[in-house]
Amino acid sequence: MTVIPLGVPRRLLEFTIDGEPVRAPEGATILDACRAAGKDVPTLCHGDTLTPKNACRVCVVEVEGARTLVPACSREAEPGMEVRTDTERARHSRKIVLELLASSVDLSTTPQVAGWIKEYEAKPDRFGPDAARVDEEPRVDNDLYVRDYDKCILCYKCVDACGDQWQNTFAISVVGRGFDARIAVEHDAPLTDSACVYCGNCIEVCPTGALSFKSEFDMRAAGTWNESAQTETTTVCAYCGVGCNLTLHVQDNEIVKVTSPHDNPVTHGNLCIKGRFGYQHVQNRD
Amino acid sequence: MDLHFGDSKPTDEEREAVDALLGPPESSWEGADRTDADLRWARGGREARERRDLLLPGLHAVNDRVGWISEGALDHLCRRLTVPPAEAYGVATFYSMFSVKPRPTTVLHVCTDLACAAAGAAELCAGVEARLGLGSGVQVERSPCLGLCERAPAALVVRAGPQGDFAPAAPARPIPQGSAPDPAPRTPEGLIDADPSRVRNPLRATAVVAPATVDGAVVAATAPEAAGAEPPAAMAVPQAGQAGLNLLSRIGVVDPTSLDDYRAHGGYTALRRAFEIGPAGVIREVTDSGLVGRGGAAFPTGRKWQATASQPDHPHYLVCNADESEPGTFKDRVLMEGDPFALVEAMTIAAYATGAHKGYLYLRGEYPRALHRLEHAVAQARARGLLGDDVLGQGYAFDIEIRRGAGAYICGEETALFNSIEGYRGEPRSKPPFPVEKGLFGKPTVENNVETLVNVLPILAMGAPAYAAIGTGRSTGPKLFCVSGSVERPGVYELPFGATLGELLTLAGVRDRLRAVLLGGAAGGFVRPDELDIPLTFEGTREAGTTLGSGVVMAFDDTVPLPRLLLRIAEFFRDESCGQCVPCRVGTVRQEEALHRIVERTGADAASDIALLREVGRAMKDASICGLGQTAWNAVESAIDRLGAYE
Repeated sequence: MTVIPLGVPRRLLEFTIDGEPVRAPEGATILDACRAAGKDVPTLCHGDTLTPKNACRVCVVEVEGARTLVPACSREAEPGMEVRTDTERARHSRKIVLELLASSVDLSTTPQVAGWIKEYEAKPDRFGPDAARVDEEPRVDNDLYVRDYDKCILCYKCVDACGDQWQNTFAISVVGRGFDARIAVEHDAPLTDSACVYCGNCIEVCPTGALSFKSEFDMRAAGTWNESAQTETTTVCAYCGVGCNLTLHVQDNEIVKVTSPHDNPVTHGNLCIKGRFGYQHVQNRD
Repeated sequence: MDLHFGDSKPTDEEREAVDALLGPPESSWEGADRTDADLRWARGGREARERRDLLLPGLHAVNDRVGWISEGALDHLCRRLTVPPAEAYGVATFYSMFSVKPRPTTVLHVCTDLACAAAGAAELCAGVEARLGLGSGVQVERSPCLGLCERAPAALVVRAGPQGDFAPAAPARPIPQGSAPDPAPRTPEGLIDADPSRVRNPLRATAVVAPATVDGAVVAATAPEAAGAEPPAAMAVPQAGQAGLNLLSRIGVVDPTSLDDYRAHGGYTALRRAFEIGPAGVIREVTDSGLVGRGGAAFPTGRKWQATASQPDHPHYLVCNADESEPGTFKDRVLMEGDPFALVEAMTIAAYATGAHKGYLYLRGEYPRALHRLEHAVAQARARGLLGDDVLGQGYAFDIEIRRGAGAYICGEETALFNSIEGYRGEPRSKPPFPVEKGLFGKPTVENNVETLVNVLPILAMGAPAYAAIGTGRSTGPKLFCVSGSVERPGVYELPFGATLGELLTLAGVRDRLRAVLLGGAAGGFVRPDELDIPLTFEGTREAGTTLGSGVVMAFDDTVPLPRLLLRIAEFFRDESCGQCVPCRVGTVRQEEALHRIVERTGADAASDIALLREVGRAMKDASICGLGQTAWNAVESAIDRLGAYE
């Protein structure tokens, strides 16, 4: 976020990452410090607008003195900490996490993951052809967005965005337990029978494309989705006086989806149903 | 929050069950009929939301009454408590004792875990499933360890129905339980009112069948109220009545339902001493005693108490972790059933020392008799001024609330337990912050295992130096061991730390042809029959490369196929993983798949899967959020490395 926090200036903590001295403001996470130092640590469940959930464990790093690896996304930096991001032990866990995910869900629309699978030499196939998969069909129960839980890595971001972190609608939750856990509304009903207000803020934070615009889902199915041919234009929503920023994704002169900049100091990437989905009149050419 | 409810309505029975717990709804905002007043002002906000912690008791109330949780019941409960239905659905589907689909009112839980599996649980299961098919009115469910390993194989019957008395603290009119040895369980005829619809509906009842035969389990499932009384808790203590016991001294000696008897046998002298020396004095004694947690993690208790007591944030909470679910563990059950007042007294002392005025006792849902005994004990203590606003006339206020788990091993993890009490899914939180700083309801909390707390009584009674003289230098005091499996006298044994594994097994009468001993339960590790000189101390087991864990000592002879046991352990972890983090959620599944593949294989045929297991196991150990995932591979690893399984 670009918002500059007001108040007492934060103390700078000194510690080391991979042997190099770094300084990070008090309260910063190891991930913040790594990124500031130009170190790449992969993340999946981490959201720039959400409280870290540290559920995916792909960002684990080694911290001197800790019995287990620690998640970089949520562990706050401490003075004198010795962090190592690229040890064999950390790389091994990342590799296994990628293998476990890729062998159980469809990561084909997850950005960056193909590169990490290559980098960490992950081989998801080695669990054999009978390895259990999540195996869910896409749920198309409304005109606005699709829930394709075959792609869900259960990062909890949509639940957090729908709940007390942003939307306060509480339409969805994690249900069930263990490998059978899924994201669902109450009684596993269609979205139309739930508390959902179709703000689409869950789509905004979904890291894998499990949640997507119906327009995107249909175009992908038809083979016409082409991100390289899309332009992104950030503008101001005209519906009310709040002034949310909209980023219109346009392909072939049609709006194909609407996102919102996460660094907007007012909305942090959140919109309502009107800003997110109410664009059809723009392209009504009759 | 703007809650959305569906059109489903609760049945009268469901509404009654919820209202019996929460009282009648006060306005239409909570589900009552709408009045003019409701149109003029809204109820909501923090006050309405602050009752979220009653969600789990509410789900229990419905499930106890009807046997499952319908849409209408869940919505009604959500309306009453201002909880979003999606979240409540997430909570209801988290626990294995609840069902959100219709099922028969009677559920027969047949334990299929380690000790029971070795004692023929598979045949028992097949037998009862053949006899209790569709239309029998009984659902048979294969259950993880029921904590009755000394009487394996075990089964637990739970029949839903109206409760004679909803007030949890009513010892004079006990909840009818076949499991309780109280006089004559009340029959439906003797009940409440003359409403004919009620009489047809049999009362809620539970029965424990152990050791179970097919016939016994079927009879108990058909009529749990008529099942014979469970043997007294002392039957699980082969040493009962012997001199020199500290923790088990009263079991089989005192009447567990009598406060007077408890006091006549030294009860409440420790609390008096605590009041004499003050909170700081108690913490000093506990610290000097060298007491460490008995739940498995062995954290110094005095340090934990000191850290909580010194937190400026208030209120402080005390939580007793009685969610004893580690396969093979039953010591806490025996303590709670045989000497419940000791736990009440110990909790009072711990709360006094750490500045807490409210204690939660989180008891696993599969322990009906322990629940009954503790409810009785808490009510007795309250009635006699040993709990309440003015404990022992010392001006110190403390009370205990018992919360029932609903079938989730993970809730024994300390932070998952907090979430469970608070009405959320029982998923572990990430640490830091640690519970001593931000625990239950975000407040400083001290959480101790039952056995740990009960140890505080002898510490105060004999003084820290005398207590510390028991055991070894680094593992002080007495320790309870849960011995089961291939032994003549299974049960809970109390030995000073430092006795060897061999001495314990000899005491329990280990049978011939010993093949392996599992220490610490499913999260522990196997050792070989030639390693019986391992000293049973924290440091001794650590040096031997194994663990003491919660004190499980399970002996297996060579008739038990090791690969099957390992597969069962893997199934257990797969079933009990909460699903929050990837290494555990998917790793436990891959572990089970690999063990399934090699169940009949050895040597080179198994090598590639064993290599895979090692890699996945290492990542689970390193990268899982909590102890469940971190230890889910321990037992399998030890069986491969120490016992040479699959060679």
